[in-house]
Amino acid sequence: MNSETTGKAIETTSKASETTGKAIVCKDLSKQFGDFIAVDKISFEVNSGEIYGFLGANGAGKTTAMRMLCGLSYPTGGEATVAGFNVYKQQESIKKNIGYMSQKFSLYENLSIKENIEFYGGVYGLTDQQLQQKGDELIARLGLEKEAKKMVGGLPLGWKQKLAFSVAIIHQPKIVFLDEPTGGVDPVTRRQFWDLIYEASDKGITVFVTTHYMDEAEYCNRISIMVDGRIDALDTPANLKKQYSARTMNEVFYALARGAKRAAD
Amino acid sequence: MKQFLVFVRKEFYHVFRDRRTLLILFGLPIVQILLFGFALTTEIKNAKIVVVDYARDVASQQIITRIAASSYFSIGQSAMTYEEMYKSFREGKVKCALVFPANFNNDLLHSNKAQVQIIADASDPNTARTLTNYLTAIIGSYQDQLNATVTIPYRILPETRMLYNPEMNGSMNFIPGVIALVLMIVCTTLTSVSIVKEKEMGTMEVLLVSPFKPLYVILSKAVPYLALSLINFIIILLMGVFLLHVPIRGNIFLLFAESTLFIISCLSFGLLISGLTNSQQTAMLVSMMGMMLPTILFTGFLFPLENMPVPLQVIANIIPSKWYYSIVKAIMLKGLGFAYVWKETLILIGMTAILLTISLKRFKIRLQ
Repeated sequence: MNSETTGKAIETTSKASETTGKAIVCKDLSKQFGDFIAVDKISFEVNSGEIYGFLGANGAGKTTAMRMLCGLSYPTGGEATVAGFNVYKQQESIKKNIGYMSQKFSLYENLSIKENIEFYGGVYGLTDQQLQQKGDELIARLGLEKEAKKMVGGLPLGWKQKLAFSVAIIHQPKIVFLDEPTGGVDPVTRRQFWDLIYEASDKGITVFVTTHYMDEAEYCNRISIMVDGRIDALDTPANLKKQYSARTMNEVFYALARGAKRAAD
Repeated sequence: MKQFLVFVRKEFYHVFRDRRTLLILFGLPIVQILLFGFALTTEIKNAKIVVVDYARDVASQQIITRIAASSYFSIGQSAMTYEEMYKSFREGKVKCALVFPANFNNDLLHSNKAQVQIIADASDPNTARTLTNYLTAIIGSYQDQLNATVTIPYRILPETRMLYNPEMNGSMNFIPGVIALVLMIVCTTLTSVSIVKEKEMGTMEVLLVSPFKPLYVILSKAVPYLALSLINFIIILLMGVFLLHVPIRGNIFLLFAESTLFIISCLSFGLLISGLTNSQQTAMLVSMMGMMLPTILFTGFLFPLENMPVPLQVIANIIPSKWYYSIVKAIMLKGLGFAYVWKETLILIGMTAILLTISLKRFKIRLQ
């Protein structure tokens, strides 16, 4: 993809992230709801182009942390930049430079594949020409030429997820946030889904992904594990296994999550 | 701006591809018009009436003939006494009675003034009122006929206090009511359901993460429904005028302007509901219960407000449709101009502003 075809939104490159090579920088980021500390001074950095796994049990504070990074809510303490933009002051710029895919299926069921692409592309400010080109590319990449005019609601779940991911990065964001993207999908489709993630990563898109599947954790370059609002471990999967003398990521996760005081919701 | 158009186009796709939405949107007004227009009429035909004629003179006979000729009444026995009349009432055989005093014609000819008494079974207040007015109108028309040829007018004074449906057309009063009801249901329900649906499906989250401003999300939801509601409004008007022969006596542009205002207030309410609920079913239920029921009960188009206990009359004042209903009635049926409805308009504007502020505030809070 040459830079001329990317949207105006994406051209507003921030110097900070380029020079430091960090896509996300978090320092003591906190979120407190009344007495409840959902996110407790987490600090981590995500390198540009990295696939970063953001793990944690239910209720550990993953979603809250992710919402702050996506510009959906304000932190109550600490500092963070996403794509070089401050999460307090530059939420709008953050939104232009990230893609997002939620655990719920995020496309419109009663719109066709093409219409969904046109809608989301349009919302991110792509021109008609860009939409046409990117849309065709995307459909060809997923092999959905025959289904392009069919309603998305009729597609199998695996295809929907792959489509949702492709749509989430149609505007060539710097970072894409994936919130449990493969929930309820069979292992084969999950593997194919990860092929797409690698492809995006190869193109330079930083991937920030939460998941419950420990086999997926192994696919990440680095992972962090949240327990009770804190990040208790952060390293490559191989190092973590060594550190906890575990054979699988599952064992690492259990070792950490066992110490959790908060009940899962 | 392009983003906005993309969004609006998407909304129209949703509407035209969803059968349930289409049904509410276009089926509802048609069904309502037909239902209220033909089936649920408040008009009364062939009501049983007794005439107690102490006068038995020319004038009383002529009035009785007119009553008998009208399709509203069927005269049971005539020439009864008061006692017999009350007995008929007690037994529920008649709905109303007309009493001519002795010397009715004499009074009329010599003092140019005569009295009649109308008695109605008020256990059914609506019917009683309607019948009373029918009788008054019939007597009035007789009086007009007498006066056409004389210089000093004759006056027949029926003992009646309440006025209702003076046009004597059942469709007239309910058309403004149906307009209020349909716009309310369409705007409030469809707006709230379509926003809540996005929350439920998870697409709202994606929209909020996008650079598209939350306010625009709401606006682009509102615009299609505003447009569709206006089309709906036109359908009802056309049906009213051509099918039920209800006139539009006032300024049609004023009518449209007021209706747009009302639609906006309904949209704001829908927005408020969407902020309070998280499932489509709840949103639908709240819209229906919160809006439809009060609109039916408190606008006065089915049940006269005057008959309600004072606390309920006070409650009626906080229902936007009540004000809209009286505006439409004034413009459509009475042909009045803005000078007569500015007060109601102002109240409606105030309500809309309050609703809109609260719902936008709530929408923002939810984002934090």
